[in-house]
Amino acid sequence: MRAKSRNLYLIPYMIWIALFVVTPILLVVYYSFFDIEGHFSFENYKKFFTPVYLKMTLSSFWYAFLITFYALVIAYPTAYLLTKTKYKQLWLLLIILPSWINLLLKAYAFIGIFGTYGAANSFLEVMGVGSKQILFTDFSFIFVSVYIFLPFMILPIFNALDELNPSLVDASKDLGASWWTTFRRVIFPLTIDGVKSGCQVVFIPALSLFMLTRLIAGNRVITLGTAIEQHFLVTQDWGMGSTIAVFLIIAMVLIMVLTGRRKRGML
Amino acid sequence: MKQLVRALIIVLIISFGLMFIVHKLNATQGLSGGNTLTIFNWGDYIDEELIDQFEEETGIKVIYETFDSNEAMLTKIEQGGTSYDIAVPSEYAIDKMREEDLLNPIDHEKLPNLKYIDPRFMDLPFDPGNQYSIPYFWGTVGILYNKKMLGDIEFTSWNDLWDPAYKNDILLVDGAREVMGMALNSLGYSLNDTNKDHLHEAKEKLDMLTPNIKAIVGDENRMLLENNEAAIGLVWSGTAQEIMWENEDVEYVVPKEGSNLWFDNMVIPKTSKNIEAAHQFINFMLDPEVAAQNTDYVGYSTPNKGALQYMDAEVINDTRFYPNEEMTAKLEVYENLGKKMLSFYNDLYLEFKMHKK
Amino acid sequence: MMKKSKLSSIYLFIIFAVLYAPIFYLIFYSFNSGGTMYHFEGFTLEWYKELFGDTRLLIIVLNTIIVALLSAAISTILGIAGALAIYYSRKRRVQNTLLSLNNVLIVSPDVIIGASFLILFTMIGIKLGFVSVLLAHIAFSVPIVVIMVLPKLEEMSTTMIYAALDLGASRWDVLTKVILPYITPGIFAGFFMALTYSLDDFAVTFFVTGNGFSTLSVEIYSLARRGVSLNINALSALLFLFTMLLVVGYYFIIKRNSRPSKMGVRS
Repeated sequence: MRAKSRNLYLIPYMIWIALFVVTPILLVVYYSFFDIEGHFSFENYKKFFTPVYLKMTLSSFWYAFLITFYALVIAYPTAYLLTKTKYKQLWLLLIILPSWINLLLKAYAFIGIFGTYGAANSFLEVMGVGSKQILFTDFSFIFVSVYIFLPFMILPIFNALDELNPSLVDASKDLGASWWTTFRRVIFPLTIDGVKSGCQVVFIPALSLFMLTRLIAGNRVITLGTAIEQHFLVTQDWGMGSTIAVFLIIAMVLIMVLTGRRKRGML
Repeated sequence: MKQLVRALIIVLIISFGLMFIVHKLNATQGLSGGNTLTIFNWGDYIDEELIDQFEEETGIKVIYETFDSNEAMLTKIEQGGTSYDIAVPSEYAIDKMREEDLLNPIDHEKLPNLKYIDPRFMDLPFDPGNQYSIPYFWGTVGILYNKKMLGDIEFTSWNDLWDPAYKNDILLVDGAREVMGMALNSLGYSLNDTNKDHLHEAKEKLDMLTPNIKAIVGDENRMLLENNEAAIGLVWSGTAQEIMWENEDVEYVVPKEGSNLWFDNMVIPKTSKNIEAAHQFINFMLDPEVAAQNTDYVGYSTPNKGALQYMDAEVINDTRFYPNEEMTAKLEVYENLGKKMLSFYNDLYLEFKMHKK
Repeated sequence: MMKKSKLSSIYLFIIFAVLYAPIFYLIFYSFNSGGTMYHFEGFTLEWYKELFGDTRLLIIVLNTIIVALLSAAISTILGIAGALAIYYSRKRRVQNTLLSLNNVLIVSPDVIIGASFLILFTMIGIKLGFVSVLLAHIAFSVPIVVIMVLPKLEEMSTTMIYAALDLGASRWDVLTKVILPYITPGIFAGFFMALTYSLDDFAVTFFVTGNGFSTLSVEIYSLARRGVSLNINALSALLFLFTMLLVVGYYFIIKRNSRPSKMGVRS
């Protein structure tokens, strides 16, 4: 009986996968084997294993990791505190609301705020620290990226925390565990699904950021996304762009497998 | 479950309600059927009043779409899907489109107003005889610098940028050809150079510029330079014109070694469904008064000699944006270097971008 | 206990302040007679007036909302089906494969998705415009819904399902009366994430749109070269306030009318 119901749900989903996932993947893999003149070759793959692209890959992974890490560190307490409020669903929606404003506009606002004559520096002046260059630094890039991804990280963690049975926490405290131990041994493990979802939704897209690398980081940070966008649009070298995409997909699969399901009930 | 179904129904009701409103709005715009002209242009690159005027005068309904980069526009046109009657690519894109047979030839007989275009801007290498394109706006690439922040100095050469005094003070525009071109020009080479040794030389020179570069940005460099975020910028003349509107402390110069001459021209893609209306539109935009009004709005340099009499003397006598023949002789139009060479340029550019200070 | 409360409030306040800072920045400058997003010169309502005269922009905004709502709704339904399909798969390998396939679209840069969808649509012969944009938005929103819904499915205790079956519930009843209510928070999370993805998307929409159909993102990004004029700020301000009112208003109406039934002990 279980098998039958599984089939039913699979049908629309599989159609979607076949059309919109498999086909683009096939297209991308297909293109990756063609060099700029349209000849079949492994040129692109050879090119990928040069210092330039390997450095770029490492850089992308590093920044994506940092962004995910900070997003997690900030999002978890936020989600936790939100579950304790009276109108938690409302507050949650209010967290999501800003993400509906267009990204370009928000980036422009940040350029205004972090600019040399912007609000942030005015604040620093008042504090006596003096004006600093905030824009076009690693700091501003990671800050704005975390800002953009924060709601995506908060939401799944909030859901996980919300469903947490409070009597478990009470029991742990009754048994004498400190707050930290309760968190480490009870709360966190039970919400790890939410954490994993959040990390996936942040880390994976963070690898291919390119708008923010230009707007906020002024191209001081180069991710794989920057290269792909350049290849697809400027050079019209769909081959090389597709090759990088292939590696992105492989990286994603590896991550999924590594953080994958270990036993039933754990994502 | 009930909650979900209720939510779904609300969503559907709102959606269909809005669709109805859109349908009504489209009707008031007269959007259904009849003689239509589909235009694909840069964002905010035309005085919309002129579109209304054109619609009134000819009875042709205009459908207007925008793009943000030549490459994106090229991809859309190459793939088909939408039949654009008019597009406004930049010169190197037009060169490409010509080669790939994506354009309809333009019948000059249908454009009596063509005589108003300055002959300097006609018959250029990217479109000999203007068989496929008609000039819309043009400009140069140069250095914008803030006199107030830097003191009363003058930039005359590209090499001035390499002065160590300008540490962390330059904003470059994010374009491989612009940046590489500047380096090539500074070495005395043409910005269409295909000699790999020269190109490597240019790239090495750029690496040396890295300490002076604050950031490499796109269109937002206009906002940044207006805001004095940096004292120096490598910009297109159009951007410079816009910045100077807001910021009185800046100056624009085309360095003496030469620079790029760019054009945005009107073309008729091959998939056009209304070639007749397209010609009417082009002729309309070539009318001197129309061109003057458009130039007033857009702020870039017009190629239309006839329009100059309707414009401010102050604007047209500004040799920074309306250079004379002697100055334009030193400017080069980007040639289509072919996919392989372009890829080489971009690879070097990418390497340069990754070069740490 | 009091101290913790205060600290938490401060923390939440800072988070909200930072989240909303750019938004307020945008709204602030929408009243700027100076025409730019810095150097506030004087107060004016001219941008709002200009907005209401711009029928083309109004149509674009409405289209954007329609596409966002419909694509979010449909992709949520598909996403639920997908999450169920993955949940019911017996073998771990199948689950991992499906999940990886699911996440491909999240990891792929927008440019690639846009380009491959464009090729796909032209091959099938779908006319570019509302339909193609809607399909594309549904396509890239499904993965995020799956990721939001799946953890809730994981957490669900199967004993409830068995109990329901033992009591004679049909498969449909199990689905609608046991499973769906339990995962509703995940469903709403997925819906709102899908909404966000749709509203913010530029690259994919740009590639698959045509025939005069445009969304707000495409318009805004196209303005970048010439500078975003402040009537866009005015528009964003209005949309934002409107959504805010909707959210708050809807929430209070719901709270007043019903108490959604939940399982488990709530403190």
